[in-house]
Amino acid sequence: METGVTVKKAKASRGRKGRHLGDIFANSVLLGPYALLFLFFVAAPIVVAIILSFTYFNMVNPPEWNGLANYIQALTQDDVLMRSVLPNMIIFSVVVGAGGFVLQFLLAWSLAQISRWPRTILALIFYSPSMTAGVTLSVVWKVVFAGDEYGYLNNLLLTLGFIDTPIQWLVSPNYILPIMIVASLWSSMGVGFLSMLAGVLNGDTEIYEAGYIDGVRNRFQEIVYITLPSMKPQMLFGAVMAIVNAFSAGQIGIDLTGANPTPQYAGQTMVSHIMDEGFLQYNMGYASALSVLLLLLILLVSQLANKFFAERD
Amino acid sequence: MSSFQGSKINPSRFSLSQVKIYAYLLPLAVVMLLPIIYIFSTAFKPMDELFAYPPRFFVQRPTLENFYDISSSIAASGVPLSRYLFNSVLSSLLAVVFTLVISLNAGYVLSKKQFRGKGLLFTINTMALMFVPQAVQIPRYLIVEKTHLIDQFVVLFLPLLAMPVGLFLVKQFIDQVPNALIEAARIDGAGDFRIVYSIVAPIVKPALATVAILAFQNSWNNVEISTYYVDNDLMRTFAFYLSSLIVGMGNTVAGRGVLAAATLIMFVPNLIIFIFMQNKVLNTMAHSGIK
Repeated sequence: METGVTVKKAKASRGRKGRHLGDIFANSVLLGPYALLFLFFVAAPIVVAIILSFTYFNMVNPPEWNGLANYIQALTQDDVLMRSVLPNMIIFSVVVGAGGFVLQFLLAWSLAQISRWPRTILALIFYSPSMTAGVTLSVVWKVVFAGDEYGYLNNLLLTLGFIDTPIQWLVSPNYILPIMIVASLWSSMGVGFLSMLAGVLNGDTEIYEAGYIDGVRNRFQEIVYITLPSMKPQMLFGAVMAIVNAFSAGQIGIDLTGANPTPQYAGQTMVSHIMDEGFLQYNMGYASALSVLLLLLILLVSQLANKFFAERD
Repeated sequence: MSSFQGSKINPSRFSLSQVKIYAYLLPLAVVMLLPIIYIFSTAFKPMDELFAYPPRFFVQRPTLENFYDISSSIAASGVPLSRYLFNSVLSSLLAVVFTLVISLNAGYVLSKKQFRGKGLLFTINTMALMFVPQAVQIPRYLIVEKTHLIDQFVVLFLPLLAMPVGLFLVKQFIDQVPNALIEAARIDGAGDFRIVYSIVAPIVKPALATVAILAFQNSWNNVEISTYYVDNDLMRTFAFYLSSLIVGMGNTVAGRGVLAAATLIMFVPNLIIFIFMQNKVLNTMAHSGIK
């Protein structure tokens, strides 16, 4: 009898152990492919960038250790970075990042105030430009801002008599940054916007009722005291998307002007500066240092967003 | 306040109070739509309408000339249009399928299985939402080069498969699947694979649809891979071809029709897929919050 019990126990424990091993096996098979690809194409590039950022590397000779020289150069000797890239980046991230984020919320909130079918159609219209991201984006805007009298903006201004000769919008250092901002804002209503729309729609009507009983007086108070607090997680998701969207811009300037660097560096962003230093001038070590600085900056700004929208228990 | 009118969020029908909302949403929608209408209109414009002055916004006599011109201008470069399209379609299709499989599998493990380090892994993935591939193009290129992936067909989609936002959305959605359901299946003898594909997958279809759209856009619109990781023209994608057309044609009036036609080919698949799946996307986005 006693032995019978122990045998049973042993069997049970072997069974549990077997299941445990099976569990580890199943977890690794299920999680493994994603984890491997993540390591390979997301994590490893960041690690390599950090390592290369402490070297001099021109793609011909093997990397040579040069300590903090790249970072010191970035902070003290990089004229383009200080005079063009940094100011551009600040303007761009405030208008496209923060401004775009606020705009996305206001649009999402407005869409939630109308009934289902018109909302769906309008949401599709607002979202569709984000599908043109990349090359298609530049085709659209190149014609609006074409430098000859066939360009729509030039044509409009000529017809209205504001200008006598067509303006070379895309090669003029004065206009390229604003044009990049318009194009980026136009295509910024992506998943972050959809997330916020879903967030507003998910609001609990009872909370709204309770809010009005407790003295919420107008729509503005309603947004501040009820809507926003009830959708913090979606706001954070939207904020992260907006931040990434703002800081990853750069190719748009290259596509619009057809040149990297952009004329007089007027449309240069961190991303196009990195590509210029790395792929065109083969300063791979220096470009990597710039990459690390950019990633750190994104992390820092996202932490700020996190502070703002994190759920406090 | 005299009486409470109830929340105005998500109203079931039109009421006068919505007029002011429409008053600014509609004009804005028109402005947002103009560039897209322009693409449609210009793609079908014959040469004489492209050169018409003053430029007209809408096409008068639509023609397919520009679409024929795309294929003939490629014939000159030696690579037929069908080849670029084939590469784009196949690589995007593979990108979607593999992204779905690995995100669903990983999402299930991170949501429903218990093991040490699980929380940390998900936190790492959430941090990777901020990952900007453009920032690390150089090390990415070096890694692809060192592993001899240059010019291999897999390089067209492999770098795109681990999509942090995809895993994030799927995992958040699987969190909504009741644990009791999974326990019941386990007691009935179902293993993890059965559970993932017969129970979890059908429930999280909206999230999968959303991830499919994102993966498709990611791959279909991608130019960097063809530019940096592929030297063989036969292996490049349609998006790359469009970007080289932009460079080749410059901003000439004659080229605009062809560019618009090519852009339309890029844009329409995205649009169609999104239209079909839009309600699933909104459904998914309700669970997209970062807590």
